[in-house]
Amino acid sequence: MSVPGDGLVEIVGTGGALPGEPPPPDETRAVSHGRLVLARFTRHRLAMVGLAVLVLLFVVAFLGPYVAPWSYTKKDFTAFLQPPSSQHWFGTTQIGADVFALTLRGMQKSLIIGLLVAVISTGLAALVGTFAGYYGGWRDKVLMWGVDLLLVLPSFLIIAILSPAFRSGSWLIFVFLLSAFLWMVTGRIVRGMTLSLREREYVLAARYIGVPSHRIILRHILPNISSLLIIDATINVSAAIISETSLSFFGFGIQPPDVSLGTLIADGTSSAFTFAWLFLFPAGVLVLIVLAVNLVGDGLRDALDPNSVHK
Amino acid sequence: MATFLIRRLVNYLILILVATTGAYFLAATSLHPRANVAGRNPPPPVAVVDRQLTALNINDKTPVLDRYAIWVKGVAHGDFGRTWDNNSVNAEMGRRMGVSLRLLFVGTVLGSGFGVLVGAYSAIKQYRPSDHAITLVSFLVLSMPVFVLAVMLQIAAVKINKTVGHQVFQYSGETSAGLTGGFWTHLGDRLQHLVLPTLTIVLGQIAIFSRYQRNSMLDVLDSDFVRTALAKGLRRRAALLKHALRTALIPAATFFAYSFGLLLVGATFTEKIFGWHGMGEWLIDSILTNDINAVVAISCFTAVLVLIAGLLSDVAYAVLDPRVRST
Repeated sequence: MSVPGDGLVEIVGTGGALPGEPPPPDETRAVSHGRLVLARFTRHRLAMVGLAVLVLLFVVAFLGPYVAPWSYTKKDFTAFLQPPSSQHWFGTTQIGADVFALTLRGMQKSLIIGLLVAVISTGLAALVGTFAGYYGGWRDKVLMWGVDLLLVLPSFLIIAILSPAFRSGSWLIFVFLLSAFLWMVTGRIVRGMTLSLREREYVLAARYIGVPSHRIILRHILPNISSLLIIDATINVSAAIISETSLSFFGFGIQPPDVSLGTLIADGTSSAFTFAWLFLFPAGVLVLIVLAVNLVGDGLRDALDPNSVHK
Repeated sequence: MATFLIRRLVNYLILILVATTGAYFLAATSLHPRANVAGRNPPPPVAVVDRQLTALNINDKTPVLDRYAIWVKGVAHGDFGRTWDNNSVNAEMGRRMGVSLRLLFVGTVLGSGFGVLVGAYSAIKQYRPSDHAITLVSFLVLSMPVFVLAVMLQIAAVKINKTVGHQVFQYSGETSAGLTGGFWTHLGDRLQHLVLPTLTIVLGQIAIFSRYQRNSMLDVLDSDFVRTALAKGLRRRAALLKHALRTALIPAATFFAYSFGLLLVGATFTEKIFGWHGMGEWLIDSILTNDINAVVAISCFTAVLVLIAGLLSDVAYAVLDPRVRST
């Protein structure tokens, strides 16, 4: 993670020395890039809150089912449409299912989908962007034309039309489709950055001593755009979760018997005026997840890319 | 310059063509209009169904390429075919565009206007409590999917209606059915229906625009030309409004061009949840009813609008950025 010689020097260790002790050998030393980023990130109070909330939500989603009194498959035939109580923390549905257990189940799916889509789409953006930017020529033209085409196609419509395909199949197809429509703008930015990196001396030097192109991309280009990619992947988590829930809300996404936050919210909406807990709990959890991810993304942007629009 | 523009336009046209063709084949092979009548009791005779589907050019027994050829011939004459229940797609589209426009025009203008003001204010008061509050609220709204925001507003409206004991907020449809009265009664009724969906749109727009505007305003506030403007004796207000805000408007304006260009495609969630029969609602309904011709027409229309929006944002850039204008 450390980048040698990036010239970031900070005075450390002057405040910590005890009076009797000899001063530490060198009072200034280069702070590694990773450390600096970490320090900047931890200073960002809202981002830390977001991170804590996110970790907590993950723990609750994946360990909660072991603690909760009801599982999402069990139905309580003595309690239909009951408001939250000590028995059912988030209330029950029309058929006596426990809303808390369902919400945990939906959280798991939505979180996993968010993470998977973010990783895949950012990876795709990095792959296509660097490839197009580095090789240039006809490959660049073809790829960028493909990007334009995907931007012009209404993604919501395409995924919705194709939804019967994953009604019978796996939700993983849905994940790939979501990723396929999230990477284009970043891919363009990556291409632009690669275009300028390609002319740098160290890349030219590597090329002249005969390093193969794919190694140059991997070792010299990608590390230099990693900040952008990390920020992008974080933002994409929230974008993916919102897209997933939106499509599932209309029945074009996750299909029963699978549940996601989107399907839960859709089920709760019809009775949101009278049995608010059916809607409010899954919706609240959804907003909390997305908000936490956005705050972390904002903090990461400040930490990794201090010269960007923020400061 | 002219050749550049023409090349770009040709490229756009080819993109639209390819995108629409792709959408056609996708829709024609994945949607099954035959399923719409399958559940009827008694089941209609197959020959009758076939004849009807062929007449609408959506019969899955006709090869896709043949259907595409018929469709292209129609589109070349400006006719996007017929919906699955045998209405003209063109007429339906015109009607729905009107609805979307009535819903979105006010919301987009108000939302972007207030968004820019809020963002600029937030930047001028950077790190003050007001800035922190605005940032936090806009983050909260941005983290709220439209369907959650819309339903929350509906819940609040129902609560308020109940406590007041009078229908203050309307949350379904564009007008009340069977309303009698003069012009003013009807206008009032329409406005009453407009409040909640507009609020949904405005809140979202303010959140996005204020983030954009705050960032670009912060960039501009330390710049040399604002300092020069202050140094030559302009009042702070004048320097901020005439020099800083105007330059900082460029990113927001390009974004505004996009959201305005896509106005006619409608706000899918807002329309669907509040029961406005506009383009956005059609997008969902046409897929649910396996309406191939309508789906393709919407895709084509969206593609055209995306590209027009791109051109609009270029124009907005040229108008606002003095460097672009002078060349």
